[in-house]
Amino acid sequence: MADSSPMQIVVDGLVKRFGAFTALDGISFGVAHGEIMGFLGPNGAGKSTLIRILCGLLRPSAGRALVAGIDVAGDPEAVRRRIGYMSQKFSLYGDLSVVENLRFFGGIYGVSEAEMPERLRFAVDMAGLTGREDALVATLAGGWKQRLALGAAILHRPAILFLDEPTSGVDPGSRRRFWNLIHALSEEGVSILVSTHYMDEAEYCHRIALINRGRLVALGTPLELKQHSLGGELLALEGERIGEAIAPLARAPGVRDVAMFGNALHVLVDQAALRLPALLALLAGSGIADGRGRRIDPSLEDSFVHLVAAKLPPTEVAS
Amino acid sequence: MKWRRIKAIVVKESLQIVRDPRSLMIVLLIPLLQMFMLGYGVNLDVQHIPLCVHDREGSQASQGLLHQFAASPYFSLQAPMGSDAEIRKSLDSGRCNLAIVIPAGFSKGLADNGGGSVQALLDATDSNTANIAANYARSVVAAYSAGVQMEFIRNRGGTVQTLTPVDMQARVWFNEDLVSRNFIVPGIVALVMAIVGAQLTSLTIAREWERGTMELLISTPVQPMELMIGKLLPYFLVGMVDASICLALAVFWFEVPFRGTLTALFLTTGLFLTVVLCIGYYVSVAIRSQVGASQVALLLTMLPTTLLSGFTFPIDQMPPAVQAVTYIVSARYYVTIIKALFLKGSAWTALLAPILCLALYALVMVFFASRAFRKTLD
Repeated sequence: MADSSPMQIVVDGLVKRFGAFTALDGISFGVAHGEIMGFLGPNGAGKSTLIRILCGLLRPSAGRALVAGIDVAGDPEAVRRRIGYMSQKFSLYGDLSVVENLRFFGGIYGVSEAEMPERLRFAVDMAGLTGREDALVATLAGGWKQRLALGAAILHRPAILFLDEPTSGVDPGSRRRFWNLIHALSEEGVSILVSTHYMDEAEYCHRIALINRGRLVALGTPLELKQHSLGGELLALEGERIGEAIAPLARAPGVRDVAMFGNALHVLVDQAALRLPALLALLAGSGIADGRGRRIDPSLEDSFVHLVAAKLPPTEVAS
Repeated sequence: MKWRRIKAIVVKESLQIVRDPRSLMIVLLIPLLQMFMLGYGVNLDVQHIPLCVHDREGSQASQGLLHQFAASPYFSLQAPMGSDAEIRKSLDSGRCNLAIVIPAGFSKGLADNGGGSVQALLDATDSNTANIAANYARSVVAAYSAGVQMEFIRNRGGTVQTLTPVDMQARVWFNEDLVSRNFIVPGIVALVMAIVGAQLTSLTIAREWERGTMELLISTPVQPMELMIGKLLPYFLVGMVDASICLALAVFWFEVPFRGTLTALFLTTGLFLTVVLCIGYYVSVAIRSQVGASQVALLLTMLPTTLLSGFTFPIDQMPPAVQAVTYIVSARYYVTIIKALFLKGSAWTALLAPILCLALYALVMVFFASRAFRKTLD
């Protein structure tokens, strides 16, 4: 039944309310076999809630979620046998060793005795913990813990993997190694749903769902999001006291949006080549003598800020 | 239900128990400590009651009476007092619980008509002890009077013939020496088991919530029943070790006679342990913090076991409403069984009712505990 549908995960009009608070407000999307779907959004956007519903940990208030073709609310146990989950908080047992943890989860997930040694070796290898099998997990550094948690989540070869901010608090080198593992799994056909608030990580995903305040703001490949979501071209303007130019720039013809990015202003215009000279002149007129600018390719962060800002007063745009 | 998953949980829990030697030591030492504290502390026998005397006469007769008191194992004679004020002070300060005052005309009264009187002053703040002390004092005085009476008759040249029309001879069974420790210690075993058993499991689920491991655990296919069995089995073993320590102490240290069979003892102890482990587990599921769960488990086991199990207060002397309540106290059945096994050596058949009740209780608790855990974060 799972293979009859091209989609491994189908989410349709999902709503989750906690009392008066609406955490998820009518979210719909699908994830294909072997696809890496990234959830990007500020803290509190509803990413964890969505993942928890898909793992059968929370019941949806309305809408439907099919995981591996199974209605999660209807038969969560059948779903749990087919998924692997890494919760946001590290949740292996610190007082057990590396293999003891793996053996426990292997047993819980029903990995057979015959298969166990091979799966343990695989997970230990993958985590880069060969030779440290008997170390207590509490003594491991963050990157190893994350990879071990991933190893524990895929011992039983799940078809679908849910990773809730798997790399938070992990150094960049470990993060890259972690993403290499995710891509290797995806090539084997595992569908992966991963949440993050690192923009650079989102670029590694096949598709990105941008979530803010429980709503799906945008959905597409990183390239699509960057190109289409902005609805224009991007200019980067720099200069002394450039911040003072925000107000006049925003009123200039052809300008759709102005946002501060580090020391520069990112200005969204209808046509970059057409508007740049006029805007530079405007900078000079505003008393910014060394004003300079160029057309840039938008980053995910640009589209994120643009999309989220479109729904929010500017002060609430989270990092 | 899959044995493989249960096994994985049993192994994991056992490893966690062993990895935490401090908690393990506490779990094994606390019963030991409680047995000693309660075994010695709870003693309803009244002996060595501190006694003060004020002998205003100082005659041979008055000293003879005081000698009788000094010889009694129930009293321990303090230094003699010189005045009423001194007596009052020692009663006030608790130096003595009982004071005997012998008046100046004591021996003259005896010699004249065989009628002397002494005064006994009692500190009745603990009315039970005061009552017992008064009775003991009365019997000492009675024995003394009898001696005086006989001598009186003999001195007049009469023959001593005491005739008692009805003589009741009480034979005490089951606790021949009437040592209160013999019936209290088996009750203490029940109390210690109830407290320690519920404590053992009250942390297991709460700990997983507090450490954040529960979220992952409930995302796995593990069944609530498997989780419960897997978590209870290792603690059952620890609990049985605890029980063995307590029972061995009762028999070999406190020398309580054991007349039943070990099979019956361990079977019923296992049933009772199952009940209290389930209570602890249930509390742990309901209250997701370790401190809270431990407190509630203590409250739920210690109070009913102390007050309503028949361990300290006889159930048949409680008001009917309270008696009815005791039927839902699992320790009631275990205390009945364990006392009977220790002191009476009752046969299975005589204990069938409480054993069946306990077994039913265990079954019900297992049922509730296995259903308590919900695999959801809602």
